[in-house]
Amino acid sequence: MDILPILSTLKRHKTAAGLIVLQIALTCAIVCNALFLISERIDRISEPSGLAEDELIVMQVSGMTRVDNDGPQTQSDLQALRQIPGVKQVSIANQIPYGQQSSYSGVRLRPGDNENANLTAANYLAGENFLETSGLRLTEGRDFLPSEFVEMSRLEGANPPQVPAIIINREMARRLFPNGSALGQGLYVFSDEPHRIVGVVDRLVAPNPGSGEESSANTMILPLRPGYRSGSYLLRVDPAQREAALKAAAEKLLHNSPGMKRLVREQKLLSDQRDAYYRQDRSMIQLLAGVCVGLLVVTAFGIVGLASFWVQQRTRMIGTRRALGATRGQILRYFQTENLLLSTVGIVIGMVGAYGISLLLMRYYELPRLPALYLPIGALVLWTLGQIAVFGPARRAAALPPVVALRGG
Amino acid sequence: MLTYYFELGLRSFRRHRGLTLLMLLSIAMGVAACMTTLTVFHVLSGDPIPGKSDRLFNVQLDAEPMRDYQPGGEPTLQLTRFDAEALLREKRGVKQVIMTGANIAVDPAGSGDASQSPFFSRARYATADFFTMFEAPFRYGNGWSAADDTAEARVAVISEELNERLFGGIDSRGKTLRLRDKDLTIVGVLRAWRPAPHYFDLTLGAYAKAADVYLPLATSYALRLGASGSMSCWGSSSTDQRSLNAPCAWLQYWVQLDTPQQQRDYRTYLTQYSDQQRQAGRFERPSNPKLWSVMDWLSVRKVVPSDIRLQVWLAFGFLLVCLTNTVGLLLAKCLRRSGEIGVRRALGAPRREIFLQFLVEAGSLGLAGGLLGLVLTCIGLWVVRMNPAPYAQLAQLDWQMLATTLLLSLLASLLAGLLPAWRACQITPALQLKSQ
Repeated sequence: MDILPILSTLKRHKTAAGLIVLQIALTCAIVCNALFLISERIDRISEPSGLAEDELIVMQVSGMTRVDNDGPQTQSDLQALRQIPGVKQVSIANQIPYGQQSSYSGVRLRPGDNENANLTAANYLAGENFLETSGLRLTEGRDFLPSEFVEMSRLEGANPPQVPAIIINREMARRLFPNGSALGQGLYVFSDEPHRIVGVVDRLVAPNPGSGEESSANTMILPLRPGYRSGSYLLRVDPAQREAALKAAAEKLLHNSPGMKRLVREQKLLSDQRDAYYRQDRSMIQLLAGVCVGLLVVTAFGIVGLASFWVQQRTRMIGTRRALGATRGQILRYFQTENLLLSTVGIVIGMVGAYGISLLLMRYYELPRLPALYLPIGALVLWTLGQIAVFGPARRAAALPPVVALRGG
Repeated sequence: MLTYYFELGLRSFRRHRGLTLLMLLSIAMGVAACMTTLTVFHVLSGDPIPGKSDRLFNVQLDAEPMRDYQPGGEPTLQLTRFDAEALLREKRGVKQVIMTGANIAVDPAGSGDASQSPFFSRARYATADFFTMFEAPFRYGNGWSAADDTAEARVAVISEELNERLFGGIDSRGKTLRLRDKDLTIVGVLRAWRPAPHYFDLTLGAYAKAADVYLPLATSYALRLGASGSMSCWGSSSTDQRSLNAPCAWLQYWVQLDTPQQQRDYRTYLTQYSDQQRQAGRFERPSNPKLWSVMDWLSVRKVVPSDIRLQVWLAFGFLLVCLTNTVGLLLAKCLRRSGEIGVRRALGAPRREIFLQFLVEAGSLGLAGGLLGLVLTCIGLWVVRMNPAPYAQLAQLDWQMLATTLLLSLLASLLAGLLPAWRACQITPALQLKSQ
């Protein structure tokens, strides 16, 4: 196919051709970045928590009367929850991923008040069986020993207890000890006596993952047992029975405190809590996808509109070419090649634009640079779109019988 | 003449139904996308207390120890109880308030309605100036007095919503409100009130609803009712984190300062206070107090979600593509009518008139697109309100935004019409007539 005659025709329609190119360029630039934003969000919402989400129930209770020593009541609650059919294991922790609370502490590698914190990490203060209940996987070391657990309320007392052991996640271990094993090392969080690292879990997210803060990648678990007033119960259940177990557990907690009125503040499946946490991101994904589709549709209509106009304007030219022996296929290919040319110019400009937008996004929204992979994806999408859009008008042009075309000009 | 052009425009629209529909949809979609996102942005970045936002100030003091100090860093978001009480005692502003948010169990049975089970309510513990400072509107009664604060009075103000739920909306002053197992007497009922953003306490979420229960902060200490919200502690605290000397910042402090002189004086006062505290050994860091007015506070705290800003940009990008599209289609349509233009020009119409004719055509297209865009905007906002985000229900179209929609649409289409109209009036009559 000879490109020169196409070019010389386009030269006579500089404005219209320019507009199509501009539209394709804008669409390409925006769609590339939007697709990247979508994939970023998808990565964020699909980040696993490290917990057995489908098997977990989170519950929180509150008393209508203040109790100062909630330890015995908490133990009785845990005992009662464990007996519910379908419940495999029960624990309590000060915070749960995707929940309302988030608590962080500075972590030091040396004792002393005047040391700068080495990093900040989410502190999970948890009772017995936390690892087993939540489904966390140890890659190194061991779980806490029964003798290592201390009541969390004693942290506020006059003689704060020693917390000999700590378990951290792999990410935090990597950051603190890049050159060796974290096991056996001492960390200083709650006192000037070290908490020795006894285990490293493969993965455990912070209560508010994906917030973009560096601290949210570091998590640690301390054997500090919260009471029901300051912690949430975590129940590992048979996924098939989880709805029933949820109902039974709420009922049990409400009535497991003779003589004291209570209410169950939270009763959720962890998977529901996770969905709610990422709702905003999901609606942003939908919106971005909607805009992409909208842009592509508008651009396609623009191409259809202008191509139809050109076909009509060039009826005489088409007729002449047909009369001189050009086949329908050649006419069809003429318009397709023309569109390919315009699209290519638009895409090249669009890629520069995509890069420019990406720079702005990096600056104002602290997003990573647009990976080069999105440019060929954008190009492919727009080439395809252009070919589909131009096909209708081009086929109509090819269908014109030579005589009509000559007369109609 | 304009009406004639309008008629001509209509006729040409009718002749090219498909093309016209495409342009109409294109403008309407672009405008609707912009207006939907702009309305949300407008609502979320609005002034929550218009007449007074430049006279209310949030106070920050740097009470943390030198450990982890970075020069130029931000002081803690909130104040320690010690500092907040000291500033309140010295009363250097026109009005001042200490407060914190809380979640508290309300017992309807104890409040006279045995049929309901206990439920959790958002509460705010504050000092007496809260209601006048933030212009909380009352349906019945008033807030409490400074004397009630010192006396740890068992009084409460409740929202209209809670009053409806507990007492069926009657004037409930004098009735008992049982929080957990403590009884308080209701002294006031608020009217529906939802400052957006929730500027005086951003730690609960910038678009949180206002609280349902208000009571004196001192009373909450006396009754040992727990507070909630963000708290930042330093050092090894071996006492209750909410006690007077605990090294924890968790209270919001706002002050009303009516004149620039008062504002300058207050800044000086805060610096002096910080210096004194450092001399006394309580503060370690260089004095770095902050005093932000409402709108500055909102912008420093980056209250409008960055997603919303991104959406506005995206929508304008979309509008730009829609406009380019409209320009292209308008151009095609008007070049098709070269013959008609040639005749008009040959009959003596000056270029200006041709230009005007096509601009009127583009303008009427814009108005129609704007009306359609308005409908789409309403649908768009309805979709936004279905969103579970806390700010979603705030997304309502007001007159201002309605007018902006029509204006934007008219402007956009006139802009789109400029190039085709200019091209149209460039057409030389002789050439067109000959080619007929």
